[in-house]
Amino acid sequence: MAAELLGGTSEPSVSVEDMTEPASLTQDEAVVVTDRPGVDDLIWARGLRKNFGDFTAVDGIDISVRRGEAFGFLGPNGAGKSSTMRMIGAVSPATDGRLQILGRDPATDGPAIRARLGVVPQTDNLDQELTVRENLLIYGRYFGIPRAQIRARADELLDFVQLTDRADDLVEPLSGGMKRRLTIARSLINEPELLLLDEPTTGLDPQARHALWDRLFRLKQRGVTLVLTTHYMDEAEQLCDRLVVMDKGRIAAEGAPAELIGTYSTREVLELRFATGENESHADGLADLAERIEVLPDRLLLYTDDGDGAATAVVERGLRPASVLVRRSSLEDVFLRLTGRSLVE
Amino acid sequence: MAFGTREAPSDADLPWSVRRSLPRGSRAVFEGKMLNYKGNWKGSVVSSVLEPVLFLAAMGISLGTLVDQGGRLDQGVDYLVFLAPGLLAATAMQTATFESTYPIMGALKWHKTFEGILSTPVKVRDLVTGHLLFILFRLVTTLAVFLAVMGAFGALEMPLGLLALPAAVLTGLAFAAPVSAFAAWVQNDAGFAALLRFGIVPMFLFSGTFFPVDQLPAVLQPVAYATPLWHGVSLTRGLSVGQLDPLLAMVNVGYLAVLLLVGVWLARRQFAKRLVI
Repeated sequence: MAAELLGGTSEPSVSVEDMTEPASLTQDEAVVVTDRPGVDDLIWARGLRKNFGDFTAVDGIDISVRRGEAFGFLGPNGAGKSSTMRMIGAVSPATDGRLQILGRDPATDGPAIRARLGVVPQTDNLDQELTVRENLLIYGRYFGIPRAQIRARADELLDFVQLTDRADDLVEPLSGGMKRRLTIARSLINEPELLLLDEPTTGLDPQARHALWDRLFRLKQRGVTLVLTTHYMDEAEQLCDRLVVMDKGRIAAEGAPAELIGTYSTREVLELRFATGENESHADGLADLAERIEVLPDRLLLYTDDGDGAATAVVERGLRPASVLVRRSSLEDVFLRLTGRSLVE
Repeated sequence: MAFGTREAPSDADLPWSVRRSLPRGSRAVFEGKMLNYKGNWKGSVVSSVLEPVLFLAAMGISLGTLVDQGGRLDQGVDYLVFLAPGLLAATAMQTATFESTYPIMGALKWHKTFEGILSTPVKVRDLVTGHLLFILFRLVTTLAVFLAVMGAFGALEMPLGLLALPAAVLTGLAFAAPVSAFAAWVQNDAGFAALLRFGIVPMFLFSGTFFPVDQLPAVLQPVAYATPLWHGVSLTRGLSVGQLDPLLAMVNVGYLAVLLLVGVWLARRQFAKRLVI
């Protein structure tokens, strides 16, 4: 029950042996993952598309999210992340393509799917006129859960998101971080198997972000499958086992954070800062030191597997940059390489 | 059940909604609206008692004395008796309209609470039905108080007059459904000002609440007869004064029922257009 799960006891009461395959699926069918969803695919999409009039928000994407995974959609604003999330949430009909959520078709089984999902929308849509606790109580009713059960669960969830002492306050005066935590608590009222989080920490201060990450991490440990969108690279690296980078409605890259860095960037990045206006003129002379060199208005980025070696080579060539920094490649480098540096809005 | 259980999905474990027991979604929506209403019911109770008392006293008795001196009405009743059912139906219209404008736009656009509800098994049609159930509750309670005040003023023919309550409730619902659709159709609350100015207020004044429609200029009479409030007033008044024309009553009920059904259809359609995108 919720008590032991929320209380954080680590007793593995839910074991792998409990997993039973639906009888209709033979082993052969489960192996062919490209054509039809496997047993562990909670989300499975092929050629998924969403148009709004003439505008194509999602342009034929393939996704498989497996049970227990933390899966991320990364991308700039307008990349199609939220549209994808709304289709996965069985609230927005797909224009084209095939989509299965929890083994069901959202076009026909919307309510059945939504009964087992938790949704944290991009903008909080809590009932401002109700108290913190009332928001949980009524939300549970929308799932048809008996009142006594919701009350018990609400207490546990308020404890889980550290809002117990605000339980009987109205939502309106709460801080952004508290509202976000309440929204997360609300999304867990039906003990979902799959939690969808659309930009869960956008607009929050660092303390609130870390507090949220901590809660999400604990949920993941308890076996909840997490799917989140973000444009924060640190968030994706912290939380996601696997992610896709979306750009202009398409998937630009897919993999684990480390894989993506390995594929699309070098191990390290050497950042050189010369005097104003001189950065570009030095670029050609240093190009051979790196696999790739990027010229920014205020600095040069040398992508290389050996940052220190490259830095030494720069100094040996008699150059004296104002500052030298060797750092590890991050998801942000991958992101910017794949989606470009220009604003798309 | 627990988070992330590894059991294969089995229908027996699924909540009600999945097993197609339909009314519960709308009931939960109704419960949600009641939870909101709990915060401001005191004010609405006071006004629902005070308003009929003030209106009936000021217009029915004071103005009525003047009217009655000028000659009898068609029904041969005092002006107070004539006016009271008109106000009853008009109150139904106002209550239903108010509850179906700002609260709908708020839930749809400003606070997006409908969006939150639709992330659950609740369906668009449950939102409409739940909303109308709440309007039904508001109408029954408000109008029952009004009817009691009418009785106290001696403006109710018994026992037929008791049926004025369902008549007025039907009138209110017939407004609530299409107005909800309208609230989901307009982009901002400027539309509500127009609705009041060109719809609700003229109807309140000219659809037989305060004087018989045949007192209007001949060209305007068909317009008045075509308004839903006139049908509501006609039905309510026929019952409360105890002079019901069965044929006319059937036309009135039919008109209001059709408006309600068309309104529900429009509201479902319009809610879906705004929410399922």
